[in-house]
Amino acid sequence: MSKLLKVALIGNPNTGKTSLFNTLTGLNQKVGNYPGITVDKKTGKCKLSDTITAEIIDLPGTYSLNASSEDENIAVKVLSEKENDNYPDIVIVIADVENLKRNLLLYTQVKDLGLPTVLAINMQDIMVSKGISINIDALEKELNTKIILISTKKNVGISNLKEVMLAYKSISLKPCNITDSSILKDVSLNKKQKQHKDTVKRYQFIKKVLENNYKVEVHRAKGFRAKLDKVLTHRVFGYLIFFAILFNIFQALFTWSEYPMELIDTSFAFLSDWTKGNLPAGGFTRLLSEGIIPGIGGIVIFIPQIAFLFLFLSILEETGYMSRVVFLMDKIMRKFGLSGKSVVPLISGTACAIPAIMAARNIENWKERLITILVTPFTTCAARLPVYAIIISLVIPKGNYFLGMNNHALVLMSLYVLGFAAAISSAYLLNKTLKINSKSYFVIEMPNYKMPLFKNVFYNVLDKTKAFVYGAGKIILAVSILLWVLASYGPGKEFNQAESIVKTEYAHLDGNALESKIASYKLEHSYIGTFGKFIEPSIKPLGYDWKIGIALITSFAAREVFVGTLATIYSVGSEDEATLMEKMKKEVHLDTMKPVFDFPTGISLLLFYAFAMQCMSTVAIVKKETNGWKWPLIQMFGMTIFAYLVALVSYQILH
Amino acid sequence: MTIADLIKGDKAIISSFIVDEIPLKLIEMGCIAGNSVELVQSAPLKDPLYLNLNGTFLAIRKETASQILVEKI
Repeated sequence: MSKLLKVALIGNPNTGKTSLFNTLTGLNQKVGNYPGITVDKKTGKCKLSDTITAEIIDLPGTYSLNASSEDENIAVKVLSEKENDNYPDIVIVIADVENLKRNLLLYTQVKDLGLPTVLAINMQDIMVSKGISINIDALEKELNTKIILISTKKNVGISNLKEVMLAYKSISLKPCNITDSSILKDVSLNKKQKQHKDTVKRYQFIKKVLENNYKVEVHRAKGFRAKLDKVLTHRVFGYLIFFAILFNIFQALFTWSEYPMELIDTSFAFLSDWTKGNLPAGGFTRLLSEGIIPGIGGIVIFIPQIAFLFLFLSILEETGYMSRVVFLMDKIMRKFGLSGKSVVPLISGTACAIPAIMAARNIENWKERLITILVTPFTTCAARLPVYAIIISLVIPKGNYFLGMNNHALVLMSLYVLGFAAAISSAYLLNKTLKINSKSYFVIEMPNYKMPLFKNVFYNVLDKTKAFVYGAGKIILAVSILLWVLASYGPGKEFNQAESIVKTEYAHLDGNALESKIASYKLEHSYIGTFGKFIEPSIKPLGYDWKIGIALITSFAAREVFVGTLATIYSVGSEDEATLMEKMKKEVHLDTMKPVFDFPTGISLLLFYAFAMQCMSTVAIVKKETNGWKWPLIQMFGMTIFAYLVALVSYQILH
Repeated sequence: MTIADLIKGDKAIISSFIVDEIPLKLIEMGCIAGNSVELVQSAPLKDPLYLNLNGTFLAIRKETASQILVEKI
């Protein structure tokens, strides 16, 4: 029977905490939730000996335990509530060797909680080049603990750390005894003033402890950072470099994901056909081949783009470059009511708004954070692409090449620009109208530049992609199944006796023509068809018929469902092999015999999809992040009404 | 004089500030009377400011920087 040792891992941001977690746990890690809040809970298993395994909890990166944010609250809760499920047997505080002074602040606070606390000092590998020397024995005595020098980059000291974890009972539980109880009792001070006084006392203690035991030869410490900063944060070149990087990322994103996406598309089409052909005919096979398989395919197809975008973003984070971008962009973004830190959500939003909105958490100022959350869904997410792709190729002639781009690429690029412009200008409006007073707090650490660690990038991409597949995937899959059911069944005799009705009405038809007539008659009178017809009058001025209406409704679950819905609508029951595009091209209005997908309707649809809030998963995450229904509802109705008006005006002008 | 008045490369010692006007995170990162601060770089219009605060490199807005009194060295 093996024993499970609970280990909490805590440390400042940029100390290599995640690297240590990844090194200790490898693939044995999972991301969960703390009950009731949105902070991710990362845990993993690490074998310490034949009989003892450690369960490691990776607490959010924090500078202190003063509990001024949700992340810090969690750390305090886990480390101080004995009845908490996550209460550890041992705490590892990870510190950066270059900035021991600041890192020890957190250490002294953790130590005071009375748990066995180990100090792991990371980046041992740079000590020589930076001219740092530490008297470990003396420091261990002063801090009453075990200190291990490690390097997560060079894999040094990890086995020592495991040995110390095994022998955790020998670590002193004595607190640092810095807190002055008279400060805590002083009624003339508010909470923050007390925390300030306490922090000052702790820094005095740390200064004394480090005085003789930690030395840095200053002249060796500078160089690389300063040189790179000179270029990357330059007031002209800095911006040029950033936009060049951004441009290249998008370029790569499209070219790299094109092939895997095509492969996924054809594989799922094949799988669906195969199921239809090889399983016994019946309701279940149809549900599988027309509902579930295309539904899953609709999720999987986004994985390449999302994975590549997060690959690039996590490289930018890991190298330390992202902080420089935040620094460069802050003043400009502030003009629109955003923060420099809104850059990350806005870029991530081009993959998926869900992780993007979560990335807005580290914006300190509530008003700036709220505006970022509200405008992020305007950026062109991956889910809009399949909709754009099919409509653009239907209604825009490919045309000549202009600056190496054909009309299709130009229109697609304009839609990206349009999405970004909508985000920025609505941010500006919100900034002018929202009356929220919050202090313009903004602090961002500018970490050292370093080479990204493969394992960190890898696990980050894996986590983010998994979160998308499970989060958005569940909803998309459920909707595809529901949709199939609603399209396959209907009320009343029109649906149930479709065959005989059509046969008597169109007596001259036979074979395939009859089959497809019956199928479309059935669809028209199915539950979803009935509903589509019901809303038709309200979308007719936008140039849509009831079939597009159905796709529009189902898109409120997730935009990409549009394509799947049309595929379902046009293929339910029909046996011919024509692609969706060909079927859409052939669609005509029954009264005028003019094509449904003409230029005015196409443009109107593109504009509607660019602006409307059609993603249940995003609504859910906005509700979570803003603690209520007010903002997600305002956002959903605001965006959708705006989309409706723009589409209406454009159709009425072009038509 | 405040941190916002420093020019690139200037070093100074923090003398005082009103605790309630400064983000706690900044205090935790070493913004404490007596600690050193250096202006490493500033963005256009001197906002935000890139500092070396007591060994930690960080950026803050001018608005916050102008709340922190310093003495140049």
